[in-house]
Formats: sequence, structure tokens, C-alpha cells
Amino acid sequence: MTLLRVSALSKHFGGLHAIEDVSFTIRSGTIHSIIGPNGAGKTTLLNLLTGIYRPSSGRIELAGQPIGDLPAHALAGRGLARTFQNLQVFTNMTALENVMVGRHRHLDQRLLPSLLRLPGFARAEAAAAERCAALLEFVGCGAYLGADASAMPYGALKRLEIARALAAEPMLLLLDEPAAGLNASETAELDAVIRKIAGQGITVALVEHDMKMVMGISDHVLVLDHGRKLAEGTPAEMCSHEAVIAAYLGTA
Amino acid sequence: MSSAFLQYLFSGLTIGSIYALAGLGFSIIYNASHVINFAQGEFIMIGAMATVSLTGLGLPLAAAIALAVAATVLVGAAVARFAIMPARGASPVTLIIITIGTSVFLRGAAQVLWGKGYHALPSFSGDTPFVVMGATLLPQSLWVLGTTLAVIAGLGWFFGRTLYGKAMLATSCNRLAAQLVGIRVSGVLLAAFALAALLGAVGGIVMTPITFTSSEAGIMLGLKGFSAAVLGGLGNGAGAILGGLIVGVAEAMSAGYLSSAYKEATAFAIILFVLLFMPRGLLGQPGSERV
Amino acid sequence: MTGKRRLERHSGEAVLALVLLALPLLLPNAYAYDIAVNAGFNAMVCVGLNLLIGYAGQISLGHAAFFGLGAYASGILTTRYGWPPLAALVCGAAGVGLLSWLLARPVLRLRGHFLAMATLGIGIIISIALNTESWLTGGSDGLMVGDFSVLGRTLSGDRAWYAVVAVLLLVTVSMSRNLIDSPVGRALRALHGSEVAAEVAGIDTARCKVLVFVLSAVLASIVGSLFVHYAGMITPARAGFMRSIELVTMVVFGGMASTYGAVIGAAILTALPQLLTAFEDYETMIFGAIMVGTMIFMPRGLLVTLAGCRWLPRRPAP
Repeated sequence: MTLLRVSALSKHFGGLHAIEDVSFTIRSGTIHSIIGPNGAGKTTLLNLLTGIYRPSSGRIELAGQPIGDLPAHALAGRGLARTFQNLQVFTNMTALENVMVGRHRHLDQRLLPSLLRLPGFARAEAAAAERCAALLEFVGCGAYLGADASAMPYGALKRLEIARALAAEPMLLLLDEPAAGLNASETAELDAVIRKIAGQGITVALVEHDMKMVMGISDHVLVLDHGRKLAEGTPAEMCSHEAVIAAYLGTA
Repeated sequence: MSSAFLQYLFSGLTIGSIYALAGLGFSIIYNASHVINFAQGEFIMIGAMATVSLTGLGLPLAAAIALAVAATVLVGAAVARFAIMPARGASPVTLIIITIGTSVFLRGAAQVLWGKGYHALPSFSGDTPFVVMGATLLPQSLWVLGTTLAVIAGLGWFFGRTLYGKAMLATSCNRLAAQLVGIRVSGVLLAAFALAALLGAVGGIVMTPITFTSSEAGIMLGLKGFSAAVLGGLGNGAGAILGGLIVGVAEAMSAGYLSSAYKEATAFAIILFVLLFMPRGLLGQPGSERV
Repeated sequence: MTGKRRLERHSGEAVLALVLLALPLLLPNAYAYDIAVNAGFNAMVCVGLNLLIGYAGQISLGHAAFFGLGAYASGILTTRYGWPPLAALVCGAAGVGLLSWLLARPVLRLRGHFLAMATLGIGIIISIALNTESWLTGGSDGLMVGDFSVLGRTLSGDRAWYAVVAVLLLVTVSMSRNLIDSPVGRALRALHGSEVAAEVAGIDTARCKVLVFVLSAVLASIVGSLFVHYAGMITPARAGFMRSIELVTMVVFGGMASTYGAVIGAAILTALPQLLTAFEDYETMIFGAIMVGTMIFMPRGLLVTLAGCRWLPRRPAP
């Protein structure tokens, strides 16, 4: 079934048309990649999907509900979670606390129980902590359970952000260049984690430059260039698509 | 009615010139370093109090003024060197507390040196007021306005025509590029503070015959100078001048027509209004942020 | 995992309780008790202010105004209108809660020095109003206020007040620690760490900022209400700019993002001026020097800097 439907989406910054008339769908249960040369508008597209930017025009629908006008903090409740290209880890907290923030919308946000730390509240916190610790294990960060986020290496922080996003129990997980800065073995680990996530029924959409990973993992690929949709299809189709090759390599 | 209006206008423009000078000081330092210098008001106070002291010691007025201004400039440079430079790259909260702490320190030092009483200076050219269309204008007010204009003209020449001034402007536009072309940017910071101290001192000195001065005078003056700078658009020199005059006149008008008790609140109400509704100020550039 | 944390958290409170119990043994006279009680009042305000400045990463240079409003509300309602002190305290807190809520939403959209200046402006306007409306507030001479009494029992005398303040401080510290270690508290710290990531995680950061601002303002108001019955009087200076600066200095000196740091900062900077009476003339200078020195040499405050020292056991900031 169609989980995400984007119709004629545009975003203009003054005279700059960062995204222009982009339409595509993402089917639930798939791994969907968004690729394109630098400056194609991939991160802008993610920012639009996650409510950080408002669309200049066009529609975004998640599970049939329009979400284009919602503020960013409302989207976690709709089942959307993401990671960031430039890490946005909470360096002032521990690794576990980072993941627990991801779980925020499922947790007790009432003031009085928080101040008084009633027994039921404390039990719920303990349960949440266990769940988040399990998520850290799941992404391969189990070793950093008691650590401050500021003490963790780059590769682990990238996976920490994934754990934090998963803690929200999203329907759709958006990953912004999760393999950036990772070496070959770390990328292979990431590949395995993404497959595990998809195996749990979470739809994954990733923006990526690492072509080997993209082609190996994706069910569907969307190619952007200069803010427009250039092509979409299966990885095999994209590899032999003339315009895609031209966009990346230039024409002879 | 209209002579009262003129009266308020004159006194508003007079005090507004001091706010304008203070606002210029804020803008110059902000441009050079993105620091809001809460100690600006203390520069005004130190210039005035030093002049009072030196004339009290028997020095002729002109010499006292020159020495006092020089002393204040040294204080400004010292603040830059010992309070601001060691904290390069600190968070905004940290920098705010540093400059507030500096202002508290300078005020404390002034209290030790000069006590807490009020002091005055003799008017530069007598006290016989002019009468203009029913409103009185003190000769000292003309000194204030005239000095302010002269200072502004001087700044215009400095930034527009001298190499050093242009170097300062370049640094405030793009620090890295300025460094790459060989401009000593730490020197620019020192110069900015020295210049702001100069502006403050001059303003404080010409104003003292009218309003008296004390070691406590700095806080309010500084904050109102900030109001001027923000109203005009932080970092914009012409804006600071315009802002200063508007704040001065608004204060005088509200004291005259509304309530003299809340006169002091005018400048802060302006700060709040500007920050909440037009944070870029009157003449600031509208920016579009690249996320 | 949380079992270990529970031990750590309660150990801090246990230490504080012990210190508070033992302190009277060291207090030689009424003057010393007075310092201790005032330190306790300041510490409570600072714990709340620390949530705003240290944890949520905002700033307020006008918080003494909320303290003053609570004090004046209690003073005016009990003295002029014969209200019972507890009712006056609650009314003051409710009023400050409403006022701070109305102000918070627009003001907390600002950042950095603009936010600082806006809160400064608010604080100064309030203190000018308190000074000017002398028909209500007694103007710059201030207001004389009677004792705090509830259910027919009056609270007076050094030891009684010390006991009350000690208990209230423990409660405040405990609640602050609970809050920090809860989803709401983590949301506050998250918005300081990365506002965009917090938003994406489902945190309404604007609402969070308002919440912590109002909370810290209401706490300041409650403390102000208690203070005015203890001290017997209130003047506008207590709500003024310098007082707001002192409070912020206590928070940053003791340790940002550290509840116990706020307590220690308040204790030290309340006691210090009293101990330096020999240098009374230099008090302002010394205060200014402490502010500048702390921010240059220990920008994260005393406690956090000490905790980072090699010779102390390594643990996260309490």
C-alpha cells in the first residue's frame, strides 16, 4: 500500500527553486533510496517531508493524511522519524538518554508525576530505559550503554541517531546520508542494520551517495537533479538510464 | 502647547545625541566581534567622572577632557584585552556575563575611587539659555549636538577614507577574508573597544554640565544606548544615530505628556517592542537564512 | 541501570540533608543563621533558574522581578487587605505564573543576547513599576510585612525559619532532580543540545521553553513570598537589575546544568559579601571580578569544573 505520497512538491527560497514539481510515492514495507548529484535538493526534500521546511506548493500525504502544513514536532506522532546528515546528537546527554528522547512521544510528559516521581512513573521510566537499551544493542551500540554521547566515535554516533529514531516506533524512517564518513566495514554493518529494520516492517527511505550500498539494498530508487525528479525505478533500471548516467558523469 | 513640544524636542534631541553616541559604540563593537558590550555605559561614566576629578585637581577644562578621554580609551582597550580576548569563541551567555561582570567591576572601581555622590561640570560656554520659539535651549545642548555631529563626521571620515577604518569594516564583513589579506583582526577588536570608549567618554563629558554624573550613571545610559542600537538595527551606524535620537525624543515626550515617573521605562519598552516585532531594527538588513 | 542511578540521586540528597542537619552546629549567632536562611532562599531560586539557564540553555536577566512580584503580592495582600499569608502566597504565585506565561511565548522566540536583553527589559520595567506605584507598594521606601502564619501557628525565629527553609530546599532539589531525569527534563536538555533534533523527536520546543520559564518564575515568586515574611520588609531594589544579575552569577558560578552547583553557587555568593564586610567598599568590584573570572577560567562553573578534575571520582554532573 502507498505509505507516502508526494504530489507536485516545490520549495523556493527567494529566487532559488530548491525543489521543483517533484512527485513520487513510497510503498510501505520497502527500502526506498533518493540519490542525485550534490545540490540536487535531497536534504531539502527530507526537510520538507519532516516539517522543517514548509512547502511552497504541492502536497505530502502520509498514510492518506496530509502532513505538509504540520510543524516538525507533530510528525513524530504521525509515525515519521529521521536521522541527520550533519549529526544532531544531544552531546549534553548520555547515549541512553539520547535514545530515550527519541521515545518522547510514548512517554509520560505530565509535570506533576515528573516532579514527584510517583512509583508508577518510575516503573514506566525503567521500562522505557530497558527498551532503549535494547535498541542500542540492535544498532550495534551496546558497548556504549553507560557512555556520554560526547565520548562516542563518529560511526557509533551515526548509529545512535538511528536508535533514537527507532525509539519513536516510526512507520517511515528517513535516513540522511547514513553512510557518510563510514569506512567499508562500518558501511557493511550499516547495511545489515537497515535490512534488520526493514525486516521488522518499518519502511525506510534513505538519501545516499554510496552507490554500491544503494544498488544493493533498495527496492526502489528516486533520482533528483537540480531540484527536479530525473527518474525513478528499480536499481537495475537506474543503472542503465541515460539521463541518470549523464547527470552523474556528464555527457561525452 | 507648541513651545512645550519644542522644549521636549530640544531636550530629547540633546539626550538622544548621547544615546546615539552610546549606540554607535555598541554597533562598532558588535560589528567587530558580535559581542554586546554591556560596559558601554561605564565608558560614558568614566569619561565624565575622570574629567570632574581632573578639574577638581586644578587642571584646566580642556586638558582635563583630553586626559579623561585618553584614560577612558585605555580602559576600553584593557577591557578588550583582558576580558573579551581570553573568552574568544565562548557561548553568547558566557560573553554576556563577562561584559556585565566587566560593567559591575568598573562601576565598583568607580565607587571606590569617586564615591557615590553626584558631580557636575561647569557649562562650557555659560548658562544663559537661548529662547527659540518659546522654548529654552541651553548653550550646553548646542555643545552636545555640535560635538555629536563632529564625532559622526569624524567617524565617517575614519571608516570611509582611512585605511585603518576600512580594515575595520572589512573585518566586520568577513573576518576570515580580512585575515587572509593581512589585516590583524585582534588589533581590530582592540581598536573597536578603544573607539567605543572614545565615543562614550565624549558623550559623557559634554552631557555632564546638564545632567550631572555619578558612579551609578553608567548602567542606565548603557542600556538606553543599547536600545538605540537595537532600534536602529544592531551593527548599523546610521541606525544607531537615528535610534538614539528617537529614544531620546520618545523619552522626553513620554515624560512631558504621559508620566515622568515612567520616563525611565520608555527605553526598555522600546527594546521589547523592537525585539519582539522588528528584531532587525529600522535600518537593519532583512536576511534570509541559509539552513 | 536506573537502580544505580537511584542510588546516585538519593546519595546527593542524603549528603545535602546531612549538611543541612549539621550546619546549625557551626552557626555561632543569629547573624550567621540569617546568612544561612538567605542562602537557602537564593539557592531555591537558583535551582529553578538553573533549569532555565543550565539545562534548557536559555537565559533570563530579569528573574529578580518575579521574586519581587511574589514578595510584594504577599506583602500587599497580607498587610493592606488582611489576607492569610498562605493564600497571598498562592495568589502571588498564580499571578506570576500567568504573567510569565503571557510574556514567555513571544520572548522565548528570541535567542542569545536578544533574549537576554528582552528579559532584562521586562525585569527593569517591572521594578520601575514597583518603585513608581508607591500608593500600592510603598515606593522606594518599601513595605513592612508581618510574620508568616498558617492555621493559627506563627513562623518566627531563626531556628524555625532555618528548619523550614532547609526542608523546602531539600524538596526543591529533589523535585528538580526528578524533573531532570524524566521525559520532560530530557526534552529540556534535548532542546539545548539540538533544537531541530528535539523537534523531530516530537518535542514542542516552544512549549518546553515556556514551561521551564514559567516554572522557574513561579518558584522565584514562592520564595519571594516566603522571604518577605522572614525579612519583615521588601524594597524595589530586591526586584532590580543587580539582583537579577546576582542570581544569574550564582547559577553560572556554581555550575551550569547542575542542581547542586546552583545550591553551592548560591551559598558561596550569599555568604561571601557578608564575610568580606571588611572590604565592603570593594564588594561591587569583587563581585564583578568573580563574574568575569569565572566565565573566563571556569566557564562551566565551579562544580562541573571540579567534577572534571583528575582527583575526584569520575561521574556525570550531579
